[in-house]
Amino acid sequence: MGAELGKYKSCVSARSTDKELLKCAQDGGIVSSLFAFALDEGIIDGAIVAATKEFAAKNPSKVIIDSTNFDMIEPWRPIPAIVNTKAELLAAAGTKYNISPNVALLKEATRSFGLDKVGIVGTPCQMQAVRKAQLYPIGMRDVGASIALAVGIFCMENFPYQSILQLVEDHAAMKLESVKKMEIGKGKFWVYGKRGQVVQLPLKVTHKYEQPGCHVCLDYVANLGDISTGSVGSPDGWSTVFVRSKIGDSVWAKAMAAGVFETQPIEKVKPGLELVSKLANEKITKNKATLEARKTFGVGKALRNPYI
Amino acid sequence: MADKITLGYTHLSGCTGCTVALADNYAGLLTLLDKYVDLKYMPTLADARHVQKVDVSFVEGSVCINDKLAVEELKETREKSTIVVALGGCACYGNITRFSRGGQQNQPAHEAYLPIGDLIKVDVYIPGCAPTPQMIRNVAVMAYLLLKGTKEQKDLATAFLTPLMKLTEKTEACFCELMTQVINQGLCMGCGTCVAACPVNAITMEYGKPNGERDLCIKCGACYSQCPRSWFSFDVVENYEAINEAIMAALQ
Repeated sequence: MGAELGKYKSCVSARSTDKELLKCAQDGGIVSSLFAFALDEGIIDGAIVAATKEFAAKNPSKVIIDSTNFDMIEPWRPIPAIVNTKAELLAAAGTKYNISPNVALLKEATRSFGLDKVGIVGTPCQMQAVRKAQLYPIGMRDVGASIALAVGIFCMENFPYQSILQLVEDHAAMKLESVKKMEIGKGKFWVYGKRGQVVQLPLKVTHKYEQPGCHVCLDYVANLGDISTGSVGSPDGWSTVFVRSKIGDSVWAKAMAAGVFETQPIEKVKPGLELVSKLANEKITKNKATLEARKTFGVGKALRNPYI
Repeated sequence: MADKITLGYTHLSGCTGCTVALADNYAGLLTLLDKYVDLKYMPTLADARHVQKVDVSFVEGSVCINDKLAVEELKETREKSTIVVALGGCACYGNITRFSRGGQQNQPAHEAYLPIGDLIKVDVYIPGCAPTPQMIRNVAVMAYLLLKGTKEQKDLATAFLTPLMKLTEKTEACFCELMTQVINQGLCMGCGTCVAACPVNAITMEYGKPNGERDLCIKCGACYSQCPRSWFSFDVVENYEAINEAIMAALQ
């Protein structure tokens, strides 16, 4: 196990000790608990998270959307939102399985939302965007130093909204309104209905609906987050957590001291880091091959390579 | 101090917003001038206004080719500078001056404005309208390290500045680059960065991809150059913590 997991100071399997929060959480409630704690402690004064239409309806001042088309917004379409309280956090919790453009709110968070210390959660590519924005703040005036906690989530690939629509309504034959939770695990895409029904789709079916832009990504475990987390590697209901930066280390230590999480050594849990490492290598190898193929694309003309 | 680098500032057809952005580093600007940079000439912030021989010159604004004086000043800047930095959207890409069609008092015949890269060789771009104080600061520190640093610092500065040097290959920018260079190339993953970067709120995310109000776009180049899929250097960005700390320490 090496570079595929990025630099990190420590790695554990963890879950929130907050039972109420765990009910709304995707896995171990890591992101929600971290932000709730950071809000309480004043480490951040707001966080950019992925919410949905229901959240936007109840909290119109926490989102930026064109309200003239509000009725047109579909269920499970992610809407980036600013949350300032634990209740708002919980209302927005859970994985949406299609990309939420959270970075779109990064500058506005420090402007009309008035945040001095911003928390942001995002996929590995969004963590790359955040760090590039700190080093090369071309259109991000006074933003870099305001980023107080960036939490990355593991990501093999993502779906555009229309793909989720297709997968859930066509392949799983469920209405999106009636879906309680979606999940990828154990080699399958799971759709849980509000009435208790469960549909599973093999990932073979979902592959063709992935975002093409994800296929050049070389980061599985959000190497550039202050802290990154995901379910892979840990038992059900737990999450694997990498603590990566000085900021991450400090926040994690404070959260642990406050009893926000219970943890197990990652070496002691099944399937453990080996699986994380295996999947990371699979993603990187596959996407490096895509980048290689793009050099000629079989027609002797190169497609653009973003990495220099 | 003997090991300072010398800096000049040539002001062509720009609104002084880039100057203000530089000044908005506040105490950071004073530290830069104290420790690292000897400001040789600059129309607004220095007594000397005329182009001199310098290590680095910042050029603000596009160049009006109907204005002999501006063209001469730009040529002289190139001849007398080791590194020419196009500062801001106008110098890099024309920006708002692209829309000029002349007819303005008191020089109605001044109608044709070009990004400076169309007339001279430019070494580094700092796009954006206005460019941000932090970006100017980072480039200034890196330029210092490139010229006066240790071998290791020179390597870091080279790696940091390389993407900004590569940007000089083009003198046109528009929201359209997000379409032609990112979405059309199968590289957009919908992170939302371009929306935040746009200074005129011309971009929104529609179903996971940027949608540009092209009539609002001022062609500053911020969206494309801020996009993590326009260019991304793992060598540089993976060391973001150390680099940020080094820059902040340099300005203490």
